[in-house]
Amino acid sequence: MSPREIFALRDHLGAELKGRTISDAQDVVSLTDILSQTVLGGRLHELSGRAVLLKLSDQLRSGLAMIELDGIARRMLLCPPDLNPAHLDALIADAGIDAVVTDEPDRWAGSGVSLVVTAQLPPKATAPARTERATEWLMLTSGTSGVPKIVGHTLEALTGAIVAEGPARGPAPVWATFYDIRRYGGLQIFLRAILSGGSMVLSDPHEALGDHVARLKARGVSHVSGTPSHWRKLLMSGSAAQFAPAYVRLSGEIADQAVLDGLKAAFPKSSVGHAYASTEAGVGFAVNDGLEGFPADYLGNRNGVEMKVVDGSLRIRSTRTAHAYVGRGAAALTDHDGFVDSGDIVERRGDRYYFVGRRGGIINIGGLKVHPEEIEAVINRHPDVRMSRAKSRKSPITGGIVVADVILTEGTDPARAKDIRDQILDRCRAQLASHKVPAVIRFVEALDVTPAGKLARTDA
Amino acid sequence: MSVRSKVIEAIRQIAKEQKVALPELSDDLSLHETGFDSLAFAILVARLEDDTGVDPFTISEDAAFPATVGDFVRAYENVPA
Repeated sequence: MSPREIFALRDHLGAELKGRTISDAQDVVSLTDILSQTVLGGRLHELSGRAVLLKLSDQLRSGLAMIELDGIARRMLLCPPDLNPAHLDALIADAGIDAVVTDEPDRWAGSGVSLVVTAQLPPKATAPARTERATEWLMLTSGTSGVPKIVGHTLEALTGAIVAEGPARGPAPVWATFYDIRRYGGLQIFLRAILSGGSMVLSDPHEALGDHVARLKARGVSHVSGTPSHWRKLLMSGSAAQFAPAYVRLSGEIADQAVLDGLKAAFPKSSVGHAYASTEAGVGFAVNDGLEGFPADYLGNRNGVEMKVVDGSLRIRSTRTAHAYVGRGAAALTDHDGFVDSGDIVERRGDRYYFVGRRGGIINIGGLKVHPEEIEAVINRHPDVRMSRAKSRKSPITGGIVVADVILTEGTDPARAKDIRDQILDRCRAQLASHKVPAVIRFVEALDVTPAGKLARTDA
Repeated sequence: MSVRSKVIEAIRQIAKEQKVALPELSDDLSLHETGFDSLAFAILVARLEDDTGVDPFTISEDAAFPATVGDFVRAYENVPA
């Protein structure tokens, strides 16, 4: 491949589009001028051809460093903020890391990584760099325990869905996401902002939700993405009022009809869509008809994404999937036909497929397999319910029973709790097999959400 | 509310939910004759644990599951405080 054919992030940016910015709660940086600036203290050339660990405490410097490093470094490993430091040594060995970009250089003195480059704001003026190579993007899976897997992508694979959709109509979007951009879901939004000629407003884990939404409004955010759990929290907070994004996007968890309807009611003028993507499988598809699940004719080959269902699990083959797990003893990422097994279990009803849960998330109820998500979807459809979590509880009689924690919609009269409980149980009995009907329903104020924005199921 | 009335009320509530036609409840009635299946009993034990704070069938490893309604009620009444 000649260098002319390689597009790095810098080649999607240019000074011709004015007023583009990337910002967080503290700083605003111009994307229009970014190609003649550096957050790496002008040391980018030292990182040429290196395997770089991107270990920064904030998203803004991370995003700016990605723009500089892409097309220069041989590979870069993105560290999400919740990475367990005890796993760093194993990841550094598996990815062959020989340089680190950090804002805590003292921590890396004597670490064995030979090159330590400090990233700092504000950016300084520098001569624009030229793309040298196709950098390998390494991301970490968000699994629950053990060392996360390293997933290898190229920029071409990461941006495949964005390029396929073509440029957005109308004014350049201002994107925001509740995700961290060092995770797949958040990175997709960062890349969309760069490729679309738009701007990006980053999240801040220390910021109250109301302040975050106020910031999104003040910066003119038009396109917002998050998990269904992120969106349910926003709906519960009451902060959605007076915010009117043009596009509301859900991904990362099952978008059930209740959350889609809730968002449509809260944002009547917005288009509400859900997307299916994972770190390994890449972006599969987007659904924009306002309904949960996806049309059955999405299976087969559609716009270069091939999908099939094997043993109930969705498998995907496309140029947007990751190309490998990286490291010693890394497992194969695809089956022998090149399909990624998503582990997401789907079920066909009529002319549509519905997500019923994760293969790894099955709970055992008296010897029968139950997907907690399937129960939650029924509970969530009750108009007074905002969010729920089903899990198993030990029983001396049957081994296990289903119990559910439920958050009621804001402003629900607590005196109605008993009636609502009876109504939820009636609905569950009408729509679910008897062993899936919760034995106990508890009303709670909050449910834990992981740093990756997903409902925490660790004790399930 | 006494332990006994808590247990009896929970049985009636679950019978209603599970559409079980309960015979008249007496201490001599065998649990089998209540019409409850194992799932209904599992629900009963879980709810009583939430309500009373105890699960007499998990506390003691050798506790035999009761045979009659009276035995079942006494299992809750006899839990040491």
